[in-house]
Amino acid sequence: MPRRLGLRAVALGYLVVILLAPLGMVFYRTFESGLHPVWQTLSNHDTVHAFQVTLIAAAIAVPLNTVFGVLCGLAIVRRRFPGKGLLNAFIDLPLAVSPVVVGLCLYLLYGRTGWFGSWFLGHGIQILFALPAIVLATVFVSVPFVAREVIPTLRELGNEQEQAAATLGANRWQRFWLITLPSIRWAVIYGVVLTTARCLGEYGAVAVVSGNIVGKTETATTLVQDLTQNFQTAGAYAVSLVLATIAVVVLVAMTVIRPREGTL
Amino acid sequence: MGSSGPSEDPLISSVAASAPARVRTDRAGGRASTALSVGVISTFLIIVVVLPLAALLWESKKSGAHGFWQIVSSPEAVAALKLTFGAAFIVVLINGVLGTITAWVLVRDDFRGKALVNAVIDLPFALPTIVAGLTLLALYGPRSPVGAHIAYTRGAIVLALCFVTLPFVVRTVQPVLLELDVEMEEAARSLGAGQLAVFRRIVLPNLLPGILSGVVLALARALGEIGSIVVISGNIPYHTEVASVFIFNQIESGYPDYAAAVAMVLLAAAFVLLLAVGALRFFATRHERA
Repeated sequence: MPRRLGLRAVALGYLVVILLAPLGMVFYRTFESGLHPVWQTLSNHDTVHAFQVTLIAAAIAVPLNTVFGVLCGLAIVRRRFPGKGLLNAFIDLPLAVSPVVVGLCLYLLYGRTGWFGSWFLGHGIQILFALPAIVLATVFVSVPFVAREVIPTLRELGNEQEQAAATLGANRWQRFWLITLPSIRWAVIYGVVLTTARCLGEYGAVAVVSGNIVGKTETATTLVQDLTQNFQTAGAYAVSLVLATIAVVVLVAMTVIRPREGTL
Repeated sequence: MGSSGPSEDPLISSVAASAPARVRTDRAGGRASTALSVGVISTFLIIVVVLPLAALLWESKKSGAHGFWQIVSSPEAVAALKLTFGAAFIVVLINGVLGTITAWVLVRDDFRGKALVNAVIDLPFALPTIVAGLTLLALYGPRSPVGAHIAYTRGAIVLALCFVTLPFVVRTVQPVLLELDVEMEEAARSLGAGQLAVFRRIVLPNLLPGILSGVVLALARALGEIGSIVVISGNIPYHTEVASVFIFNQIESGYPDYAAAVAMVLLAAAFVLLLAVGALRFFATRHERA
């Protein structure tokens, strides 16, 4: 019994020291000097714009990666084609690569001397240090999440039901919408939650390619870094508080969805 | 594994055999739609992932093997890489041990609020890394209410990495521990094995593949981390500047070749770690495949 209590104390103590106490401190620091400075920062034009940029990037990246993830999961589990093992290993890569390296890659590709950069600039389209680069960076870092959730669920599901539907005359489209998608919906939703969290919170890749132009290409996360660097701590805490609140909502969603995902 | 062709199930193929024409067109349609979906997937991956990575390879090839070596062995790059790999190893050791203990407590122990604790483990996945850095700065920075001011030191880097890599080991060990049969341990105990012997000879060997995959994933994450570190480390060259911050600074000061060379080292490490995860997964499922 004492051993059990000891281990419990170690585990919970570690979580408090490293997760909960710091998070609680942010809530405390944010409201230390009242609600007014918090509201002032959050209603500031540049802050609103930064959140808009973040939301636009997420609004493009999440649907793209959701469709990709479902397609990719179906292809890997249900179909046979050369290079399948390679694809299965390759979709994890964006999780293992440093976000800064992702940013650098896009910087090199779309920069003035890059393969695509000169062509786009020649046609008057600004990619780097503008919204398109932010979107590309966000899409890159959040590629695998939906696929990773969908693949094991599809494996477990098997395809007997679809075969039955096929013998009853259902075409591919009907089988996908009426059988496959409803069966994997919780896995897809869980993947979407993870993708959204990653898109809203991405910093490293976006910091490299966005140029951090205040009121133009700054995102919520790069704004936090800028405010911290300029010693506008109250502002940084206020913006962080919004992001942390979103994270808590994500966490609640994850907790509610995970058990359902297990039961298909 | 589910069967992959529409006619492998005997019952269904006997039904389908009564409509051969249908099956044939469906097969042809299957091939066409496989080609279409694989085409869409690979085009997406090439535009989003492959081409940018190719641009990095191209850039680092430009400086040649000699130039690459010169950059990577420059004192500031060496210091940054040493710090990054050193801190990452310390962190995965810490989280390897504490993550396993946490998983054990979550599976085998029972106390009020366990579900909440279980949910909180995923916080580092949900919280933007830059906010994670700021939260740590709030508690362990210059205005620390507990007098633990460790910001702008190497200790702060270890702390930040512990935060962001916490869930990996817990989440890879937890499912293994859930499946592990308690009867095995009870049998060993009834035969006179002590607590330590049971842990060392029964629990640990079963958990090891899970622990190792968690450690490898955490290592990959720790090597590339920037958001949580940039706020709290102070980014002092030769002292608290990690590889990802080094890359960032080189881009900002207009030396993409320096950035690309160090980025290649991180990319190579990521590849090796991904292969290691694949090998571990292969090893862990050897009984299921046999």
